[in-house]
Amino acid sequence: MRSFDLLPVLPEINALQSGMRKLSGDYIAEAEKHGHSEDVCTYVKCDIGMLKKGNIGPTGERLPPPDLLLLSYTGCFTFMKWFELLRQEYDCPVAMLHVPYQSEGRILPHHVEYIVQQLRTEVIPKLEAISGRRYDEDRLREMLRLSAQAEDDLVWVLESAKNVPSPIDAYFGGVYYIGPMFTAFRGTAEGVSYYRVLREEVAGRLRAGLGPLTPEGSQGKERYRLVMEGPPNWTSFREFWKMFYDEGAVVVASSYTKVGGLYDGGFRHDPKRPLETLAEYCMGCYTNLGLPTRLALLERYIREYRADGFMINSIKSCNSFSVGQLLLLRQLEQSTGVPGGFIESDLVDPRYFSAANIKNRIESYLQMLEQKRTGVNA
Amino acid sequence: MKALRTYVGIDLGSTTTKAVVLNDAGEVIGRGITNSRSNYDVACQVVREEAMVRTRFTLTRQAITGDPALAQVEKAFLSSLQRNFRFRQHLDQLARLREALFRAAGDPRHSAHRRELNTALESIVDGMVERAGLHFSELAVRKSDFFRDLATADYMQLAEQHSDPRGITFDMLCGLFDAAILVVENAIAQGSFETQLRGALEPTLASATLAVQEKASRLREVVEATCGAQIVETGTVGTGYGRQRLPFPKEQIRSEILCHGLGAHAMFPGSRTVLDIGGQDTKAIQVDGDGLVVSFQMNDRCAAGCGRYLGYIADEMNLGLHELGPLAQQSTSRVKINSTCTVFAGAELRERLSLGQRREDIVAGLHRAIILRAMSLLARSGGVRDEFTFTGGVARNPAAVDALRQLVQENYGERTLNISADSIYTGALGAALFARRAAQANA
Repeated sequence: MRSFDLLPVLPEINALQSGMRKLSGDYIAEAEKHGHSEDVCTYVKCDIGMLKKGNIGPTGERLPPPDLLLLSYTGCFTFMKWFELLRQEYDCPVAMLHVPYQSEGRILPHHVEYIVQQLRTEVIPKLEAISGRRYDEDRLREMLRLSAQAEDDLVWVLESAKNVPSPIDAYFGGVYYIGPMFTAFRGTAEGVSYYRVLREEVAGRLRAGLGPLTPEGSQGKERYRLVMEGPPNWTSFREFWKMFYDEGAVVVASSYTKVGGLYDGGFRHDPKRPLETLAEYCMGCYTNLGLPTRLALLERYIREYRADGFMINSIKSCNSFSVGQLLLLRQLEQSTGVPGGFIESDLVDPRYFSAANIKNRIESYLQMLEQKRTGVNA
Repeated sequence: MKALRTYVGIDLGSTTTKAVVLNDAGEVIGRGITNSRSNYDVACQVVREEAMVRTRFTLTRQAITGDPALAQVEKAFLSSLQRNFRFRQHLDQLARLREALFRAAGDPRHSAHRRELNTALESIVDGMVERAGLHFSELAVRKSDFFRDLATADYMQLAEQHSDPRGITFDMLCGLFDAAILVVENAIAQGSFETQLRGALEPTLASATLAVQEKASRLREVVEATCGAQIVETGTVGTGYGRQRLPFPKEQIRSEILCHGLGAHAMFPGSRTVLDIGGQDTKAIQVDGDGLVVSFQMNDRCAAGCGRYLGYIADEMNLGLHELGPLAQQSTSRVKINSTCTVFAGAELRERLSLGQRREDIVAGLHRAIILRAMSLLARSGGVRDEFTFTGGVARNPAAVDALRQLVQENYGERTLNISADSIYTGALGAALFARRAAQANA
């Protein structure tokens, strides 16, 4: 899109930003007023509610109506219904990129061909028509090159958590690390410099022996190293984070930070194969992976990042993430011997965040880890 | 005399607050329970005092049983002494209730019928004092040990007799009681243990058998010694849903999950799976051979299917909570109920009654519904292993136990099901054990 000088508006990101800005409750209520049921994806309702309330985006300015709805869904089938709803709201063309699910746990050549063909016959022509510009492959290659450069630094930052103690929190802090790349700054010079600065900063923390940075300053002694599965809660993000750092828990690796690509698994955008690399990118996103692949990834994180435990934040309204999570929990416990914890909240519906209950579970879980470490005399 | 080292565990639950006192050897020497009321700090202090009182009674018993001269008198004397002690405590609280009632009645809005109001209150409290003796007689069956419950029942009955729709109304009397009982509950001063016990000793001896009276001077010495015994709280650990409110430093606070696991292990060392159904949460816990928690699951923010649900059902049916289980056990044809939503429970119950379904069949269905919910948590936590220990207030309900036994058998096969009569103290016991371990590790 950027190579056509088009600007993306990402409804999912707007929803999570609205959650963090404490606006999502009203937006969801608005969507429910228009007939959306209580138990469906709260990102969808938050986005629809925002639209119905004047479409004021996270910057505080009204979002202009779109020229095109581009749907590329990776593993989350709700997106299709979501964009159907958006199509009813906006009178504009739709381009749909169908991304095959990685049902066999790997990308097959015909998957790539299938996506590339769609890019050529469906997406690029529509983008050309809307923008009035010709597809410029050299421009795209340059963006992919910049993207890959930033990806190297991002991976370095994420993997810095393999150090004990870790200089970063790879879940709560991780959100800020993936933010620019997963949203507006992929393939831009600004993106490259952001990740360069970030890498230098984290390297500095590592040299100085500092722990992760939290909203209340540097985190104290690292007492527990955790791997997290599932997205965080956005409506009480700070409160949720505090429940961890107050207890000395650091998240050293998380699956959520891979919803925009598994760069630490070796993937890089490749300027030599521009459309093929985009196809592989889409298919490699975490939500597009089957349970066995997710299991293997989490196992690897638990081992490589020397985690004391792992925790699942199960999202009430998100089936694509939550289905099978209890099974994951059991299997991970069995294969790694590391105990798992389970909490439940939601993405952007504030009604689903019960602070006392969640805090109770987190504390109980961490005390359990402590007891496991020190034995009976804990 | 050497000071007695004790370790105290306090479990601040949503419904009741429990305390357990251990000695150096890890034996339970005192326990206390009180309603959690609106003030956790007070509940915590009250329950601690209560447990310490019982600890002193344990010391008294130990002194008596350890004295060959007193061998025969132990049981009769001690139970009578305890009853007299409780009776005196009750009278003290009634005196405070009287004071609080009159203070509440002194409000200017009652000035129009001050005289009638005072007369009615005087008669009611006098009646309560008269009845108090009955609650603590040898054969009395008290529905509750909490002053609030006993006083409420007596006051309401007497208030009905002494009210007049055209003058001092029942509502007016209830309002005064509601204000006064809070004052009494939230006051700590109980009068010193020594004064109360000495006061209880003489009437106990006066009404005792000749055999006991012959040993009066020795018994007086024993009681004096108990009153003077120095008890030190060497370690304290708090737990329970209200644990964040406990006035202890952070390192003295443990999650109730860990405490229940360890407490259940102490009660039944073979425990591997523990189910706790309390007032507002249900916990399924897996423990190892040392009582250490391996995994756990808790109910979500919604407390559907917890103890409070049965409480609502009992209220809705005008039954005591303890009558609900036996009623369900009379069922011959259980009704299938899917919802365990506490808020909808009343409506569901009335609807089914209106369909002509029998009370016992409906209540049996409700019990099964809450146990089904617990089964789902058990499955999530890793299933039911042998031995299986059931704790919390709901473990005292026989119909819930029946339903659980049956469903465990159907889903997991034969399992040893452990239920202790003292299961309500499981969390507090675990907390006390943690306190003891911590103190001994630091020593």
